[in-house]
Amino acid sequence: MTKIIEPKKQSNIFKRPSSETGIWSWITTVDHKKIGIMYGYAAFFFLLIGGIEALLLRIQLASPDNNFLSAAEYNAMFTMHGTTMIFLAIMPISAAFFNYLLPLQIGARDVAFPRLNALSFWIFIFGGVFLYSTFLFGTAGAPQGGYLAEEVSRLGSAPNGGWFGYQPNAGFKYSPGTAMDYWAIGLQILGIASLVSAFNFITTILNMRTKGMRLMRMPVFTWMTFAVSFLLAFSLPIIAIALFYVTFDRQFGTTFFLTEGGGDPILWQHLFWLFGHPEVYILILPAFGIVSEVLPTFSRKPLFGYPAIVFAGFGIAFIGFGVWAHHMFASAISPVAQAGFGLSTMVIAVPTGVKIFNWLGTIWGGKLKLNTPMLFSLGFIGMFVIGGLSGVTHSIVPADTQQTDTYYVVAHFHYVLFGGAMFGIFSGLYYWFPKVWGKMYNEALGKIHFWLMIIGFNLTFGPMHWLGLQGQVRRTWVYAEETNLGFWNLIVSIGAFIIALSILVFMANWIYSKRKGPEAGFDPWDARTIEWSIPSPTPVWNFSKAPEVKSLDDFWHMKYDEDEDGRPVRKEGADALLAELEEEGLNPSEEIVLPNPSYFPIILASGLPFLGYAVIYKMLPLAILGTLLILIGSFGWGTEPLEEEFMEDLENE
Amino acid sequence: MKLFKSKKIFLLGFIFIASCIEDAPLDSLSPAGPYARSIDELFWLTFWIAVGVFVIVQGALLFSVFYFKERESSPDPKQIHGNNFLEILWTIIPVLILAAIAVPTVKTIFDLAREPEDALKIEVIGHQWWFEYKYPDFGITTANVLVIPEDQPVRLEMWSNDVLHNYWVPKLNGKRYLVPGQTTYLNLQADSPEEFWAQCGEYCGLSHSKMRGRVISMTESDFAAWVANEQSYAEKELPESSLAAEGQLVYLNAGCTQCHVIDGVWDVQGDRIAPNLTHFANRSVFAGAALKNNPENLTKWLANPAEIKPGTFMPNLELTEKEINALIAYLGTLK
Repeated sequence: MTKIIEPKKQSNIFKRPSSETGIWSWITTVDHKKIGIMYGYAAFFFLLIGGIEALLLRIQLASPDNNFLSAAEYNAMFTMHGTTMIFLAIMPISAAFFNYLLPLQIGARDVAFPRLNALSFWIFIFGGVFLYSTFLFGTAGAPQGGYLAEEVSRLGSAPNGGWFGYQPNAGFKYSPGTAMDYWAIGLQILGIASLVSAFNFITTILNMRTKGMRLMRMPVFTWMTFAVSFLLAFSLPIIAIALFYVTFDRQFGTTFFLTEGGGDPILWQHLFWLFGHPEVYILILPAFGIVSEVLPTFSRKPLFGYPAIVFAGFGIAFIGFGVWAHHMFASAISPVAQAGFGLSTMVIAVPTGVKIFNWLGTIWGGKLKLNTPMLFSLGFIGMFVIGGLSGVTHSIVPADTQQTDTYYVVAHFHYVLFGGAMFGIFSGLYYWFPKVWGKMYNEALGKIHFWLMIIGFNLTFGPMHWLGLQGQVRRTWVYAEETNLGFWNLIVSIGAFIIALSILVFMANWIYSKRKGPEAGFDPWDARTIEWSIPSPTPVWNFSKAPEVKSLDDFWHMKYDEDEDGRPVRKEGADALLAELEEEGLNPSEEIVLPNPSYFPIILASGLPFLGYAVIYKMLPLAILGTLLILIGSFGWGTEPLEEEFMEDLENE
Repeated sequence: MKLFKSKKIFLLGFIFIASCIEDAPLDSLSPAGPYARSIDELFWLTFWIAVGVFVIVQGALLFSVFYFKERESSPDPKQIHGNNFLEILWTIIPVLILAAIAVPTVKTIFDLAREPEDALKIEVIGHQWWFEYKYPDFGITTANVLVIPEDQPVRLEMWSNDVLHNYWVPKLNGKRYLVPGQTTYLNLQADSPEEFWAQCGEYCGLSHSKMRGRVISMTESDFAAWVANEQSYAEKELPESSLAAEGQLVYLNAGCTQCHVIDGVWDVQGDRIAPNLTHFANRSVFAGAALKNNPENLTKWLANPAEIKPGTFMPNLELTEKEINALIAYLGTLK
């Protein structure tokens, strides 16, 4: 049925994997779609773990002076909640979208470096497993010279210095044990994964666009992928260096951040936030991209101000490197620095506002189809505006010195990263569900999910603004009854469980619809971008022949003309064209060459955790094992061609 | 209307209002001094502007959702790609609004940083997990409770002995870090005699949440009396065979003097790592202000400090009940 050409001759010393189904087909795959799906499931798994950690935190805080968790457990839980949600949930779930959609949106057969793509996925998996192995092997305790009334439980033996790892508290003297080493080295490994994929995506976007796909014809989601990839490429080296410093301080007796040795703890803050603030935009820009795809489709209008949205996205990404010290307004920085970073923080509100107004311009005068993805995108705008406005109050430096380190900030960034990023991600998950599975999700369950989530979300994070202004500090294991914070903390905890319930509804919908959902059919949304011009689920070869793009929203213009009022009129041949596209998409007329699967990405990636353990436990055999795995992976990779030669070619020689 | 008849809704509303009125000792919205007030004014200015933007944007969003919702009769919309005039408009208007907020913001930043004239200097030293205070002009060292004169600016010179801490008295000013190896400054001023709460803002390890404090502002005469008393030494000779005298023996022999100082009782040179106890009985709180100073709490604390503050540097000295009672009696004499 297919005309994919299978490799006929083994050109390599190692036997090439050939499974097309089953577990080995996933482990050895270099197909961007399979990798994207694996990214999605792995990220969702970590999202659930991070969510359970959050629920434990909320049980502890539901009443004043509670002792459901010990201090060590509470501190480990908030550290792991933050680290997990940022590095193991939202970033990789965005990567899932990048992987699956990017080649489809630019009309490519795969990313520029398919095996590198597999490598970044496996490094992410091994990094996550390494980080979480702290619950099995890690140790944590009181600062040197301090006392504990009870031994630290396994739950408390996770990293406990905060996801921000402020020095010297997260250094060896005040956080003895190995847990913080798992954190530092785990993030180091995860950073490699993101760097690798960043370069892959940049190259893909620059080189793999189909004919006619000029930059200013790219879908906004692709544009945001482009921006995020640059953010990753420029910000991750900073945290990589900072994490090396920390690891050296902890393991080898250097004093980068120790005052006693001439180091500076504030240096860590500068390095961390110089990475950490662009990181915020790494988390939110993909959601901007998703929403910019969903809103026009379900408004039946083109995106309002496409160039403005694109440039605003890059404006945000660029200015995002100049605002880091607003995380440090209470730190030892001078009033001049405070004023400068306060102003730059105000400036970044302008391009963000431009985006919001353009989204409003998109739905204004449209014909809004209020289905689940659209509801999540509209919810995204509403919630993100709240987070954006509370963000502006942080740029008012004196006011921020009251709000910083309180629940007001916790409320703010959850409105941005949950109400923003996660709502956008859910919108995208529903929007592209039929593309990925060829089935339609259940609309009723989707709407229940949305309403439960938006109610639970606001109940959880809305009152946190008030709690922060009333003096509840962050990372607070207990709060005194006299502070009168108990009532709203209880409400917040109830809200958290409503969110958990909504996630269960989402999972039920996903599992049910993937198996039993109705066939989605070709182009279920009457969509605008070319990933919908191919059958669903996406055939393994994506496009049976490279499409030629003539305009922005090319697929829409294949189907619609405009009348003299500027209203769309469906072309006469549109239905026939769609049928033709589906037929051609399923039965390619040309020979298709696909990159072959490979064992080497996973072998190479598997070496990294061993190097991590070797550093923590100073065990030479583990270092040798890790190095060998990396060398074998690299050598095999280097000697293996991306695509095997074919019988025909060989015969011609 | 059924909604409003529901007693539960009424009750919830009542609790909501009650919880707003009820006093929260760490409330950052009830300034009690000029520094906090200048921040408060700036916050409300920004808040109301933000409310205006919020209403406009959410209003436009909700209006669009209801008005432009797909109906059977609705035709396909006009395909509008953008509007340059609008783009310029909604770039410039936010810039102007932000510029208007920026002016008072920058002014307040520099006002708050300026060293006030004739300010009383007090040193604040952060420890895991308590604040130590020194009055260099008076030669006083104390802990957990900061005493300041009312209506007079106080200049705090702060640093940390271990990790980062963040000093915060919400009703008097914003936060400022305590950094090892570096001095930071914060001004405080209270309008009238009152007791305020302080709290460490930055995560500083296991018992961060229990790193609290009190700030008491006093009239000038009360403050002078307090200073005079703090400058005095503790009584060395106690009435023989009293419980307090027994307690003093426990204090001297059980190991307390390894870390604590009581001026006049145990002559030591230099600082110790734990709070100076010379006037312990005058402090309303102890253990990083995590506990009220009363015999019941002292009993719990002395029996096993780490039970109350995990990670604490105060060991469990395995004191007997009798020793604890004696110690508490002795601590009660340290006025």
